[in-house]
Amino acid sequence: MRSLIDILDLTPAEIEGLLDTADDIIARPDAYAHLCDRKKLATLFFEPSTRTRLSFEAAMYELGGQVIGFSEASSSSASKGESVSDTVQVISCYADIIAMRHPKEGAPMVASMKASVPVINAGDGGHNHPTQTLADLCTIRRQMGRLDNLTVGFCGDLKFGRTVHSLISALSRHTGIKFVLISPDELRVPSYIRDEVLAHSTATYVETDSLEAAMPELDILYMTRVQRERFFNEADYIRLKDSYILTPDKLATAKENMAILHPLPRVNEIAVAVDNDPRACYFKQVLNGKYMRMALILMLLGIERPAK
Amino acid sequence: MIIDEIRNGIVIDHIRAGGAMELYRILGLEELSCSVAIIKNAASGKMGKKDIIKIDEVIDLDLDVLGYVDPGITVNIIREGERVQKFKPDLPERVTNVIKCKNPRCITTTEQELDHIFRLTDRENRVYRCLYCDSPAKRK
Repeated sequence: MRSLIDILDLTPAEIEGLLDTADDIIARPDAYAHLCDRKKLATLFFEPSTRTRLSFEAAMYELGGQVIGFSEASSSSASKGESVSDTVQVISCYADIIAMRHPKEGAPMVASMKASVPVINAGDGGHNHPTQTLADLCTIRRQMGRLDNLTVGFCGDLKFGRTVHSLISALSRHTGIKFVLISPDELRVPSYIRDEVLAHSTATYVETDSLEAAMPELDILYMTRVQRERFFNEADYIRLKDSYILTPDKLATAKENMAILHPLPRVNEIAVAVDNDPRACYFKQVLNGKYMRMALILMLLGIERPAK
Repeated sequence: MIIDEIRNGIVIDHIRAGGAMELYRILGLEELSCSVAIIKNAASGKMGKKDIIKIDEVIDLDLDVLGYVDPGITVNIIREGERVQKFKPDLPERVTNVIKCKNPRCITTTEQELDHIFRLTDRENRVYRCLYCDSPAKRK
């Protein structure tokens, strides 16, 4: 029985398979409408995350399945002191698959060790969020037609941004990847990404603090939010939050087919005027996330892609 | 200083100076009823100073722990007064309940019954990370 805790739990070939399934779902959604009839997804959200939960729920409904669960810890037995291990052993009796969001890092890993059904990590604190990475990869491949030979810029909070770390890890396994890491000095990628991921891959990288200088060479620009909750010091947050704002002016030197991604929600790091630019892909990314969650649910439940 | 020779037992040699007490604790040697000698700051040609532990019985040693704590050490197995085996433990792929995760956001801080498991993620730099949250183990 498979679970998905970290994006690297999936091989590049398995990810390509999920991307192919997502493409097929988009092409012929009716063929998938009843593949999960009588199956139940449990969404165990120990902290609120409305958009991720709704994406999982929409994915399951579109496969014909049903959804049970809770959207915050106060409405679960966790409020009575029940452990994650016990909770998932109970829920395993009711559901065929679990999607778990938890503020503690590693909670979905613990769940996967105890549950008798597949567990999907729907975000564990600042640690992993693999289905966001699947949404990112799907958007990149649908926009660019490939996952190799790309120059990928990451801009903003590269220190605390877990989506950045996961996407770097996933893309590092492909050939011809160049990363341009654009951030203020305080928010550079952690050393372990450089030492344990980039140092062992064929990908190259440069670090810069200038979005404008990096713009012309980028195939992908991945913007991130500078999150208030990641800072211990309010003054540092206020000083850095506006450092890297994408505006239509800054896009003047960008490639015509560059794709702008963002894990959302945004605050002000992408001006609303950019939404009308055909290169803005962040709302497509949300939709792609739903398709990838559908593909993932099918894979983990062992349900084959329907014959054409 | 003279420590009695052991006839059947284990000599853990080439422990970095000052490391013997940590090994003693981690290996749970205080539980043993046999003689255990800890020699600190012994003269060493290669290391300058080293620690040595002599255990007067052949016990099952957790070699993973030895490899994690100090991969430079040498283990000698003594039977009938003769050294019958000598080896250096390798860096283990994972260690269980040897290190505690210090990340306050890790699930192990709230679920007390969980084993603290660390896995080797970078052999060259001897980096171990928590199985659950990926935080690196802090080395002394």
